[in-house]
Formats: sequence, C-alpha cells, structure tokens
Amino acid sequence: MNRDTRIAWINRLLLPLLNIITAFAVTAVVFWLIDVNPIEAAQVLLYGAFGYEEGIGYTIYYATNFIFTGLAVAVAFHAGLFNIGGEGQAYLGGLGAGLAILLLDPSLSAWVFIPASIIGALFFGGLWALIPAYLQAYRGSHIVITTIMFNFLAASLMVYIMVHVLRETGQMTPQSELFPTNAWMPFVHDVAAGFGYSIEASPLNMSVLLALVCAVLVWFFLWHTRWGYAIRATGKNGSAAVYSGIKPKRIIIVAMCISGALAGLVSVNELVGYQHRLIMDFHLGYGFGGIAVALMGRKHPIGIIMAAVLFGILYQGGAELAFEMSNISRDIVVVMQGLVILFCGALEYMYRPWLIRTLAPVKQAAASQEVATEVGA
Amino acid sequence: MKLNKITMAIAAAAVVLTASTVQAEIQPAVVYDKAGKFDKSFNEAVFNGIKRFTADTGISVREVEPTNEVQVEQGLKKLAKRGNSPIVGVGFNQANALSAAAQAYPNTQFTLIDMVVPEANVQNVVFRSQEGSFLVGALAAMKSQTGKVGFIGGIEIPLISVFGCGFEQGAKHINADIEVVYSFVGSTGAAFANPSKGGEIARSQYEAGADIIFAAAGSSGNGVIQAAADMGKLAIGVDSNQNYLQPGTVLTSMVKRVGEAAYQSYATAQNGTWKPGFVSMGLAEGGVDWALDEHNRSLVTADMEAQVNALKASIIAGDISVHDYMSDNTCNY
Repeated sequence: MNRDTRIAWINRLLLPLLNIITAFAVTAVVFWLIDVNPIEAAQVLLYGAFGYEEGIGYTIYYATNFIFTGLAVAVAFHAGLFNIGGEGQAYLGGLGAGLAILLLDPSLSAWVFIPASIIGALFFGGLWALIPAYLQAYRGSHIVITTIMFNFLAASLMVYIMVHVLRETGQMTPQSELFPTNAWMPFVHDVAAGFGYSIEASPLNMSVLLALVCAVLVWFFLWHTRWGYAIRATGKNGSAAVYSGIKPKRIIIVAMCISGALAGLVSVNELVGYQHRLIMDFHLGYGFGGIAVALMGRKHPIGIIMAAVLFGILYQGGAELAFEMSNISRDIVVVMQGLVILFCGALEYMYRPWLIRTLAPVKQAAASQEVATEVGA
Repeated sequence: MKLNKITMAIAAAAVVLTASTVQAEIQPAVVYDKAGKFDKSFNEAVFNGIKRFTADTGISVREVEPTNEVQVEQGLKKLAKRGNSPIVGVGFNQANALSAAAQAYPNTQFTLIDMVVPEANVQNVVFRSQEGSFLVGALAAMKSQTGKVGFIGGIEIPLISVFGCGFEQGAKHINADIEVVYSFVGSTGAAFANPSKGGEIARSQYEAGADIIFAAAGSSGNGVIQAAADMGKLAIGVDSNQNYLQPGTVLTSMVKRVGEAAYQSYATAQNGTWKPGFVSMGLAEGGVDWALDEHNRSLVTADMEAQVNALKASIIAGDISVHDYMSDNTCNY
C-alpha cells in the first residue's frame, strides 16, 4: 500500500471509527459518573435500535430524515457553501407537500398525490434556499447568516400560516386537517404485508426508498455531470473555477436550490409518510443534525447513509434508554448525541496528524522509491 | 443514601400492601410535553402532582419525556403495551398521538390534559384559564399605579390568548381606562423555554410604562420575573405557584392545578371511579386559582384580597361570566 492509499484509508475508515469509539468512551464515563452501568446502557441502546422489528423501523425512519438533510448539507458543502438553513427549508418543504395535497381533489389516486407532494416539498424547500442564495451570489450577504435567519423566518411564517390559515376548524392545536388516505406514503409494514411478510408496525414508510434514490442521484450528479463538476470546482477554488469558464454566481444558486430541495424532502418522510397532516415543529433537530451527518459522512452519499443510520440509532436507542432506565433523563441522551457530534464533527482531525505520522510516515527512501515505481509504471 | 432508599422502599411496600387490600393495583404513567418536566411551570406542576400521588400511595409513576413529535406517540403506545394505565398525556400538543394510542389500546385508560379528543377510553381535562386570569387581571388593575399593565404570552395561539383575554377582562373590570399591552415571546415551542428573551420583552414593556406583567410563557416567564426584580416592578406567575421565585416581586400567580388533574386521574383509577369523557376545571372545581402566601402577603392589602375573593365568588356563582377566547377566537366581551 502506498502512502496515498494509506492516508485515504485513515481518513475514510480509521478516523471516523476512532472518533466514534472516543465519543462512546467519554459517554461511558459520563454514565459511570451518574451511577449507570455503561455496558448495560449500551445493551439497552442497541436493543432499542435493533432488538425488535418496531425498533429497527424507528431507527431507519429517523435515519431517512438524516439522509435527506445530510445530502442537502453535503451538496452545498461541495460548492463551498455552509447551508445551516436545513431546518427552515425542511419546514417550508412541509408547507409545499401539505399544500400540494390539501389543494388537490381528495378523490385522486396515490399516483398523483405522492409525486405531487414530493414536487411540492422539493419546490418550496428549494425556493426557501433560493433567497439566501441570491443574496449571497448577487448581494454578498453571507450565506451562514442569511440561512440561519431564514430558519426563524420560516418558523414565524409557519406559525402564522398554521394558526391563521390552515388550522383545522374547531381545533386548538395548530395543525391542518388530515390528508386523504390516498395521499399517504405507504408504510413499509403495509407493503411487506402485501407481499405476504408480516412485520411489526412502525413509522417507517416508503420515503426511505426515496432517500436512497436521492443518495444515488446526488452521487451521480456531483461526480458524473458537468454541473456537479462545476459545483465541486467552485467549492475547491472559486477564483480558479472562473478561469475555466464556470460562473460562480450561478453555481451558488444551483447548489443552494438543490440543497434546499433535498432538505424539503424531510417533510415527505415526516408528514406524508407518518403524521399525515401538516403539523408544527416536525422538522426540529434534523436540519442541524444533517450538518453533523454530512461532516461525518465525508460529504459522500455512502458515508452520509452510514452516519444517518448512526444518528437513527442514537435517536431511537436513546429514546429506549430514557424509557427503560429511570436515572437516564432525556438530557443525558442529548449529552450522548452531543459527544458524538463533538468528536466526529468538531474534533474531526484530532487523531489525524498522529495517525499519519505513525501509520503513513514520509520516509525519504520510501518516498523516492514510490516516485521511482510511479515513473516506471 | 442507599439505606434511605431501602427504608423508603419498605415503607412504600407497606403502604401498597395495606392499600392493595381495598384498592386496585394500577400502573400509572405519564408522558410529559416536549418542554420537559422541570420547566418550573406547566409540566412541573404535573410532576408535583405525581410526586404527591407517589408519596400518598407509594405507587411509582412511570415517566416519559419525549424530545420530538414522533416520540410522543411512541411513548404513549409503549406504555400502553407494557400494561400501564391510566396514562396521562400532558399538553394540547399530544392530541393526535394520544388519539392514535387510545385507538390502538382501547382497554387502556388515557387522560389528556388541556385538550379534547373524542375517544371512548380518554378522559379530557380542560381548564377554564380565563377565570383565574380574570382574577389576577383585576388584582393587577387594583395594584397598578401607572394605569398600564402588560401580558407576555409564549406563542400567539388560542390556548395562550385565553390567558391574555381573561387578564384584560379582569383589569378592565376594575379600571375601564387601564391599558393592557400584549407581547409574545416567539413563534415556536422554544418560546416557552427562553427566559432571556422573556426578560428582554418584559424590560421593554416596563420601560414603556407598564408596572405589572402577567406572563403565560412557560419557563420564559422566569425571565419576566427576574426582569421585574431587577427593575423593582411586579410580575404575575403562571401555572405553578411562582410567588416564591422572587418574594416581594411576584404579585400573585395564576395557578392552574394540572398536577391535581393527574393526581385525580390516578386516584380515581385506583378506586374504580375513573370515567372517560370531559372534565372542565375552573374556579369552582379548584382547577384554577390565584395564589396568596407568605411570599406575596406584603403586596396584597386586606382590601384587595377581599375584592378579589368577592370577584371569585361572583364568577363561581355565575354573576360574572368571563368570555372564553377559544369559543370564538376573539377577545370581544
């Protein structure tokens, strides 16, 4: 193995693994300090996430949300943009999906409703990212500032719409009326029953397939299309990209719209797939979680899927932990998730210099030998 | 510590043994709102009711604190699956989830606080918050020297506007010329857990001339009370009795006895008198009230006390009817 492949392995596999192990080790210490047996806690957590069909369903259901927001953040990252507006884009995506369903004739078939809701989510999510993108591209307002402000705007706008426009008559809770059953994304357990398999009911629905399709499409788009190349080139070096005929302003707009549209799809999983009505705050946490997922997943769809599953485990296993163990409150679960984000996101490269020094050292002799073989080849 | 736990357990076991000879074994449970059980306000009031139930009966109550929408239904169903009953759902946000859980587990008793779902196995407890708010509004008008009082709500939703509207009616009942200014902390659920923003808004209301502020904003109200203390003004607490938070600064608290609702739900299930349907708790039932204790005694004169209690009696007797904002979503009274 030459040095480059070694470094690639360190970056892609060894580092994330070490980071996760460190995060869990610190969590174990925290548990030990509050009189919880860490091994027992780990067992409960893993049992909650994978021990029974319903638990697996919840884990993958949460992971689906994180795949969408993780991909969203990653696409923007590749263009050198830090989209922290995933929350707002997901929320507005919900409005798009909800309106598409509520405005259509309830007697239509699922073949109309579900594509319509997906398009609604994509369109509204993308639109909500378009404005900060325009401000960044043509007015120089920094995307980090505008996207985070747009999260608050989205929250206020949605409260207004939910309370004054879409609230079901005679209902106290700000929520829309129930979607017609034709518009429900089929549950995985119903689909499985159709094929003769009986699995426990869970919120897991066919949106998970949509998420996987999106992952493939994002991979194809970023690495196998002209636009994808332009996005990556802009992200690597904006001024160099200009010299190869790329227009960075347009790239900013395109990357952000795709990013927002992907984030908007969270609502397809949450609302069309499970809640079956437009509700408030369905999106909380997924937009920001997506940042950690994208970072952990090295901005690559495969990594993102793996990181999303890890977050699904933490969400579902964490809920199980808080449910089963009386001295673990939900705040401890947040601490645990926070530690994973800290070590995998913020302290990403803590081990890197040391690992590279020990596992892939630059040796004068080895280096020259490699050059020689490369030249020879 | 350990020894203490053991003695408590033995004592609890003894109580259960003696109690179980006459009463049914129940496995009560609760699912809190997303704000969590230590919000010093709504959820904590429920938690205190539950603590009291456990102290009185020795029966421990299984608690779930959800962090997102999905976990509410998951928690309710899981509790039902494990045979817990009755299960108390705290807060209007749980209506859909509780309705789904009640349908999935028709033999489990559910109690929903602050909201109504039409299921055969659900007891719906709602509070006539406007009545208690009317009393604290009247007291604020008696006490105010600037002729201007403030209301700070969490989010502008009917459930919160009920407090503001009752408060305004009470204030205007005492002084028709009094000005009531309204503010809301925010637009998401987080607005009920943002004391620093609550404090900022309170400061601006005080600077604009209000001298008493009634906050119906969960733990954001703690910031309002802190601002009142800092600026030497008065505040009115909500849900729990918050007079103790800043003695001499909290004029009174609009107490909403949500803990009592949970307690009663468990106690009636235990003696077999739990009933599904609709329970409305106002001043007459002790569901809402104004709080007078040693912490605000010096702020309330005997005359004021008498006047507020007279108003309370008239509301109970039906001589004064307080308009319910939720009946028509307006505050025209």
